[in-house]
Amino acid sequence: METTSGQAPVIRVQGLEKSYKKLEVLRGVDFDVARGSVFALLGSNGAGKTTVVRILATLLKADGGTATVNGFDVVTQAADVRESFSLTGQFAAVDEILTGRENLVLVAKLRHVKDPGAIADGLLDRFSLADAGGRKVSEYSGGMRRRLDIAMSLIGNPPVIFLDEPTTGLDPQARLEVWQAVRELAAHGTTVLLTTQYLDEAEQLADRIGILHGGRIIVNGTLAELKALLPPAKVEYVEKQPTLEDVFLALVGDTSKDGGAGDTSVGAKE
Amino acid sequence: MNKHFFGDTAVLLGRSLRHITRSLDTIITTTIMPIAFMLLFVYVFGGAITTGTGNYVNYLLPGILLITIASGISYTAFRLFLDMKGGIFERFQSMPIARSSVLWAHVLTSLVANLISIVVVVLVALLMGFRTGAGVLAWLAVAGILMLFTLALTWIAVIPGLSATSADGASAFSYPIIFLPFISSAFVPTATMPGPVRAFAENQPVTSIVNAIRDLFTQQPVGSTIWIALAWCVGILIVAYIFAMAAYRRKIS
Ligand SMILES: Nc1ncnc2c1ncn2[C@@H]1O[C@H](COP(=O)(O)OP(=O)(O)OP(=O)(O)O)[C@@H](O)[C@H]1O
Ligand SMILES: [Mg+2]
Repeated sequence: METTSGQAPVIRVQGLEKSYKKLEVLRGVDFDVARGSVFALLGSNGAGKTTVVRILATLLKADGGTATVNGFDVVTQAADVRESFSLTGQFAAVDEILTGRENLVLVAKLRHVKDPGAIADGLLDRFSLADAGGRKVSEYSGGMRRRLDIAMSLIGNPPVIFLDEPTTGLDPQARLEVWQAVRELAAHGTTVLLTTQYLDEAEQLADRIGILHGGRIIVNGTLAELKALLPPAKVEYVEKQPTLEDVFLALVGDTSKDGGAGDTSVGAKE
Repeated sequence: MNKHFFGDTAVLLGRSLRHITRSLDTIITTTIMPIAFMLLFVYVFGGAITTGTGNYVNYLLPGILLITIASGISYTAFRLFLDMKGGIFERFQSMPIARSSVLWAHVLTSLVANLISIVVVVLVALLMGFRTGAGVLAWLAVAGILMLFTLALTWIAVIPGLSATSADGASAFSYPIIFLPFISSAFVPTATMPGPVRAFAENQPVTSIVNAIRDLFTQQPVGSTIWIALAWCVGILIVAYIFAMAAYRRKIS
C-alpha cells in the first residue's frame, strides 16, 4: 500500500523511553505508521509491545520521547488522542455479567453513536456472535470473548485501531476471522497498529513490520525488505523464500550476543 | 468538566446497577451478618442487657444499620477491584468519555446497593418489633445521615478497590469498620464500660452517629449530637476522598 510522500504519518513515535523501576523496557523506540496502513510490532515476550501500545493509548506515561496519534500528542492532547483511536488490549476487556449485546450497546452509548442497538446487532452478525448475543459473557469461550472484544473496538469508526496480540489463544478458524476483520478495516482506510508474537500473522497482515528487541526497533520495513536482509547464501540451499521467522531469529540472535543494547547496522529503511 | 460527564456517568451507573440486580446474592450476603447480629443480640444477649429503654430492637437498630453499611461497602471495593483486574476499567479510560465517570458510577452504585440493604434490614427489624413514632422529617434526617455515612465509607472503599492486588485484600479493610460499632453505644450504653474503653467509645464516630439516629427515632431533642455526627461523616468523607483521588490519579497516570 503506497502513501503519498507528503502525507504526515498517523502514528509517529520518536525516542520513546520507559523504565519500570530499574528495568529499562524501552530505550528509544522510533517508528511511523502511514495513514490507512497496517503496521505490525513484532517482539518476543517482554519485549515491550504492550508498553508501547499503552503509551499510545494514553494509559501510561513515557519517561522520554514523544508520540503522536492522528496529529495529537499523547501527553498534552490526550483527550483528542482518545477521540482518534480504539484499543483492543492484550487481555479481553469485556463485562462478564452483561450479555454480549449489552456490552456492545454499552460501548456504543459511551461513544455517543446513533442507534446503539442496530450497531450492536450488526457487529454481532459480523463476528458470528448473533446466536450468543443474548447470553452472559461469562459463558463465552475464549475465542468468542476475543471476538466480542474486537467488535467493541470497532464501534464509532475511529481512524486508528490498536490491537495488542489480537489472535493469541484463538483457534485457527477464529484467527482467520480476526485477520479478515483487520483486512476489512485496512480496506476502509483505518490505520491499524497490531502487536504479535506470530511471525506469520505479521507476514499475512502487515504492510510494514517493526521488530522490537532490546528496547529499540531494530528493523523496520516491508516484508520484502526484511527478507532481503538475510545473507543471500541461504537462498542456495532452500528452494522456497526464507520465512519471516528466519529473518526474525537471525536478527534477534545477532543482537542478543552484544547484550541487546547496541544499535545494529540494520536500521530502518526509509 | 467534560460535557458528557452526566450522560456517561448515567450509562455506567446503568451498567453497575445491572450487576447488582443480576447478583442479588451480594445484597443478601451484605444483610445476613447485620440481621444475624440483630437476632443474636435481641433474642440471646438482649435479656441480660439493660439499656434503660423498654424495646431493645429500638435501641439496637441504629448500630445495626451502620454495620450493614460497613459490610456493604466491602462489595463496593470488590466491584471496583474486578473492573480494574478485568481490564474494563482501562478500556473505559482509553475511550473518549469523561474519565472520572467510571469512578462516580461506582460511588453512586454503592449508594443504591446500600440503600437496598438498609431497607431490607429495617423491614426485618419491623418484623422483630422495631417501632418508631418518627415523622417524615426525622426519617429524612436519618436517611440523610446514613447516606452521608455510606458516601464517606464508599470513598474509603475506593482506595483498596483501586489499589488492592487480590480480591481478599480489596474487601478486608471493612472488617475493622464492622467491628467499630461494638466499642460504641450501639449495643450497650457506654456508661457500663471501664475507663479507657469508655473514653474511646464516647469519642469515636460511631457513637455520635448512633446516638443521633437513636434520638431521631425516639423523638428526643438531638441537640449537639447530630452536629458531631455530621462533622464526623463530612470529615471522614473529605479525607477519604482526597486519598481516593490520589490513588485514582496514580492509576490513570
Ligand atoms: N507494571 C509493570 N511493572 C513492572 N514491570 C512491568 C510492568 N509492566 C510490564 N513490565 C515489564 O516490562 C517488560 C515489557 O512488558 P510488556 O508487557 O510491554 O511486554 P510485551 O512485549 O507486551 O510482552 P508479551 O508478549 O508477553 O505480552 C516486561 O519485562 C515486563 O515484566
Ligand atoms: Mg504484551
